[in-house]
Amino acid sequence: MPAPPFVEFRMVEKRFGAGNLVLANVSFLAERGDFISLIGPSGCGKSTLLRLLAGLSPISAGTLTINGKTPDNSAADLAFVFQEPTLLPWLTVAGNIEVPQKLRGVSAQARAQSVRQVLDLVRLSAKADAYPRQLSGGQKMRVSLARALALTPKLLLLDEPFGALDEMTREHLNEELLAIRQHQMWTAFFVTHSVSEAVFLSNRIMIMSAEPGRIHQEITVPLPYPRTAETRISPAYHEWVSLVTGIVRSLEKQPL
Amino acid sequence: MRHSSLTVLLPAAFGAGVLLLWYGVHACLDPEMRFLLPTPDAVGQAFWTQRASLIRATFNTLQGALIGFALAIVVSSGLALLLALSPLVRTTLYPYLMALQMTPLPVLAPICVIWVGAGLLSVSLLTFVIAFFPLVVNTTQGLISADRNLVEMFTLYRASRTQQLFMLRVPAALPYFFTGLRIAATLAPIGAVVADMNAGSSAGNGGGLGFQAVIYSSQAKYPALFATAGTTCILGFALNAAVLGVAWFMLHHWHDSYDRTDR
Repeated sequence: MPAPPFVEFRMVEKRFGAGNLVLANVSFLAERGDFISLIGPSGCGKSTLLRLLAGLSPISAGTLTINGKTPDNSAADLAFVFQEPTLLPWLTVAGNIEVPQKLRGVSAQARAQSVRQVLDLVRLSAKADAYPRQLSGGQKMRVSLARALALTPKLLLLDEPFGALDEMTREHLNEELLAIRQHQMWTAFFVTHSVSEAVFLSNRIMIMSAEPGRIHQEITVPLPYPRTAETRISPAYHEWVSLVTGIVRSLEKQPL
Repeated sequence: MRHSSLTVLLPAAFGAGVLLLWYGVHACLDPEMRFLLPTPDAVGQAFWTQRASLIRATFNTLQGALIGFALAIVVSSGLALLLALSPLVRTTLYPYLMALQMTPLPVLAPICVIWVGAGLLSVSLLTFVIAFFPLVVNTTQGLISADRNLVEMFTLYRASRTQQLFMLRVPAALPYFFTGLRIAATLAPIGAVVADMNAGSSAGNGGGLGFQAVIYSSQAKYPALFATAGTTCILGFALNAAVLGVAWFMLHHWHDSYDRTDR
């Protein structure tokens, strides 16, 4: 018998209140180790889809399972990286990374060890005792990422985490994220507005359309991993970027 | 350097100007009316000759102010927690808290004297009443206005109510609490002195600064009256400086308002 899919969306619907359909008929499977980007015009429900997975918001119809469990019961398997760094300003970098683990009752010793490991992964070991206000935007986002990674999640949800950063920093962090994936294996759902980011990171891209939000088209990106800075200058990468850009543009141009 | 020397020089020059003006006004007054504005040196002299009474009165006022202040911190923190946790309690109690704040202290003072008698207890209670309101309002505001994104993160990681309160809301409320504390520290000595004027006749041995002011006024010891005003001012200043010091100690390493780096 084949292993069951890691994440299963079957005819998932999301409404806010009585009317207002935000997501309609979302059905797809995600395998372990998939890196899935969600891209589409604003209002297409991509962030909502992430919130459903996180159990922050209940589905209105259909079924959604993670590892065979409902999102509510699989909370222990997931970590979330928000759009903003969402760091507690009164805690040091190390203190911030420990917060979710503290909430989950991880022992102090295990916390200290994982803090060292993840700070190493995001190359911020020297900043363990710094306060958030002493960090740059890119460094804060790295801390936020480290905080999620410290949970060694099975499912990593990222809601436009690098959207507010400049192009250079964003590209560096994209490369780091994939490098970290060599050490920690998780399934990722990544919301973004940037086609090049989606193509660079993911093996699958869900292009979504709005009103109501639904999956318009799925694209499989066959570029081999590991992808590095080299990948960005390969012709194949550029072909995929222009292909996906074309589809996304066509969706935005449609009259509302 | 230029900046820091200016911050000393400018106020000093202004102070010197005020002193000159003070002497000037005194000299211009009709000699029979000069008692209205004793010269700075006469006030200084009164400070010295009345030092025993002033120190004793300061100690009595300080005692009342500190007891009331401490009581206000304890009770307001508890009430703020309750108000923050329950919107229902908040809606129910807020109008009455406002009403309490609107009632002037000189009116409350005689009522307080009827209930508990004149003296330290009255002064402490009245100081408590005046210091309590800014504390409870600011702390409650701080507890309910934790960053929405941070609250969402705590929800996502399934934080319990207690965890959310003590790991997120209480630390997030600290800057608000200290804002309230600074206002309370300004009001507490004023409250103590006003209360003392009304209800302080048997506070300690001979009352506090408010009572002392009443006595000097009735005895027409005007320079001493000015010295009493100055002492009250110093007391308030000291209490404020103490609160600022504690706030700095608690917040300077993380709160933006203490960030001195130029960006």
